[in-house]
Amino acid sequence: MTDETAGIPEPEGPADLIETDYEIGQDNLEGSVGPLGFDIHNPVFMVSALTIVVFVFYALVFQEQATAAFGALRPWLTSTFNWFFLGAANIFVLFCLVLIVSPWGAVRLGGRDATPDYTYAGWFAMLFAAGMGIGLMFFGVLEPVYHMAVSEPLGVPSPFAEDGSIIAANVDAAKRMGLAATIFHWGLHPWAIYAIVALALALFSFNKGLPLTIRSAFYPIFGEKVWGWTGHVIDTLAVFATLFGLATSLGFGAQQANAGLEHVFGVPNNVEVQVLLITLITAIALISVLRGLDGGVKVLSEINMGLAALLLLFVLLVGPTLTILSDFGAGLVTYVADLAAFSNPIGREDTSYMNGWTAFYWAWWISWSPFVGMFIARVSRGRTVREFVICVLIIPSLVCVLWMAVFGGTAIDQVLTDPAGSAVKANVIDSYSPEMSLFAMLEGLPMSGLTSTLGIVLVIVFFVTSSDSGSLVIDTITAGGKVDAPVPQRVFWCTFEGAVAIVLLLGGGLAALQAMVISTGLPFTIVLLMMCVAIAKGLASEPR
Amino acid sequence: MFTQIMVPVDLGHVDRLGKALKCAADLARLYKIPVVYAAVSTALPGKIAHTPVEFSDRLASFAAGQADAEGIETGAHAIFSHDPAVDLDPALIKAAGEIGADLIVMASHIPNLMDYVWPSNGGTIAGHSKASVFVVRM
Repeated sequence: MTDETAGIPEPEGPADLIETDYEIGQDNLEGSVGPLGFDIHNPVFMVSALTIVVFVFYALVFQEQATAAFGALRPWLTSTFNWFFLGAANIFVLFCLVLIVSPWGAVRLGGRDATPDYTYAGWFAMLFAAGMGIGLMFFGVLEPVYHMAVSEPLGVPSPFAEDGSIIAANVDAAKRMGLAATIFHWGLHPWAIYAIVALALALFSFNKGLPLTIRSAFYPIFGEKVWGWTGHVIDTLAVFATLFGLATSLGFGAQQANAGLEHVFGVPNNVEVQVLLITLITAIALISVLRGLDGGVKVLSEINMGLAALLLLFVLLVGPTLTILSDFGAGLVTYVADLAAFSNPIGREDTSYMNGWTAFYWAWWISWSPFVGMFIARVSRGRTVREFVICVLIIPSLVCVLWMAVFGGTAIDQVLTDPAGSAVKANVIDSYSPEMSLFAMLEGLPMSGLTSTLGIVLVIVFFVTSSDSGSLVIDTITAGGKVDAPVPQRVFWCTFEGAVAIVLLLGGGLAALQAMVISTGLPFTIVLLMMCVAIAKGLASEPR
Repeated sequence: MFTQIMVPVDLGHVDRLGKALKCAADLARLYKIPVVYAAVSTALPGKIAHTPVEFSDRLASFAAGQADAEGIETGAHAIFSHDPAVDLDPALIKAAGEIGADLIVMASHIPNLMDYVWPSNGGTIAGHSKASVFVVRM
């Protein structure tokens, strides 16, 4: 502790501040380039930015090798380490459940007398929009239909015979399984992963007084070493996973939005349109980050949730309402009943589902967890641990279940009622065009032009909300945990992310880099397991 | 003529505020009015303080130091924002209203090209605050 910071008063009510010699911002380089001020962490900022440039260069120039190397890496990882991903995710869910029922749940983030920064509505909109909004648009129709008809989770057979006719005896079980198998990927497990990272960051920052960066969560394990190279590596990895995750998703999102625009308005589906879309998304994200967390990110997240709720309500009311509601119940019951079987990491025969989907998803959620977790942490001050875990774990899971039941249930109904005329069956089962699945389902409902347009707008706005919150997170990590670094820095990251996406889209290499991002899931799984230990240690010393 | 002065301060860069602080103290003595030092921070740990309570204490002791050094009546007003890099100007304008300041004395950098893209804090506050604003070049 320096003289200047000696004698730190309690946060807000009793808390257990960590005594460290590290002064926040002590490794930062502060100055200006011309009229532009900067305040960056040395070396995290430079190393991350340069590494990203080098990897983009590699993915472009050695495209074939990169695609081959990383293309093979993904199936190898998910089939070799499937037991590890599934086992670890189970530990995260159990740990979260323990936090809810244990006395540690009474600890308040930000000190015993802290009050929540955001209302439930604003808080929930932000954590949801950053967490998985875009995935719901992409997979809401695709996954339930695919699991019902193709992937045969837990060995439940498809209702379709090889000649395309329906086997009536298989229909009910397959419908239930299609939804339950999807809910498994969007329910407790992913949100437990986010909750662990977010809780670790919030606890060590708000209650222990450490900077808001990933490395702070490792203080109980590495001690003062987290301020050295150990911490630099952890933070750089997090920046790397976040930026590439966002940039590659931006590229794929532009392709999906373009497919929708072609479907509805006949806009040509080509790279030029996609570059324009990325530029548009980046421009809106820039306005959002310039307006800040409250004026931009929160407002967009709330608009987004409103539009998504509108689309959900429309499909629920115009679609087969009673079937959807009964599917919601049946899917949820099957999910709960088969949760243990879905989570089982060993001795499984449904490897196409387990490796191709579950292990892939777990790696994907884990590689995104530094970004989403950090963002959730930043907006969660003032909640108790119990309230935090319940809200991050249970409520989003239920919303995901409802979303999947409405979109997936409607699509499954379309597929089974009129297999020959179903656009969903043509785009998901007969040929695999995932980016078309949502629009194919909407085509089977009235006013499809209007709802598909709303779908395209939602895809775009969900990307904006990921891009702006991601830029804020990267900016904070590369500024050594400072959230008041000069504004041009967040502009730099937001623009850089769009530029990386455009370069990769033009030059190829998006798929290779996405595979690489997923592969960061493996080291981060170990990181997350260590975080559980750190949280337990941190909470044990915290006044309740 | 005036009843209260507000001086926005950045506790991380007090060394750059010398002229503005001196001006405010001179005006306070001239009109025999108090000076309230306002600072914007976040609830997150930062360079100045680890917690909001600690930040408020630091600002209060800065204000007390100014009172001793200049022989004027002073106060402190800490403002906590979710995103201080962006919310600084509106937070200060709101604070001036809350504390009833009718004169704001603040330091501002010499204008440069970037002011066309990101207007200076002093310029924005002078453009939007109901109080009189005295911008002191650093």
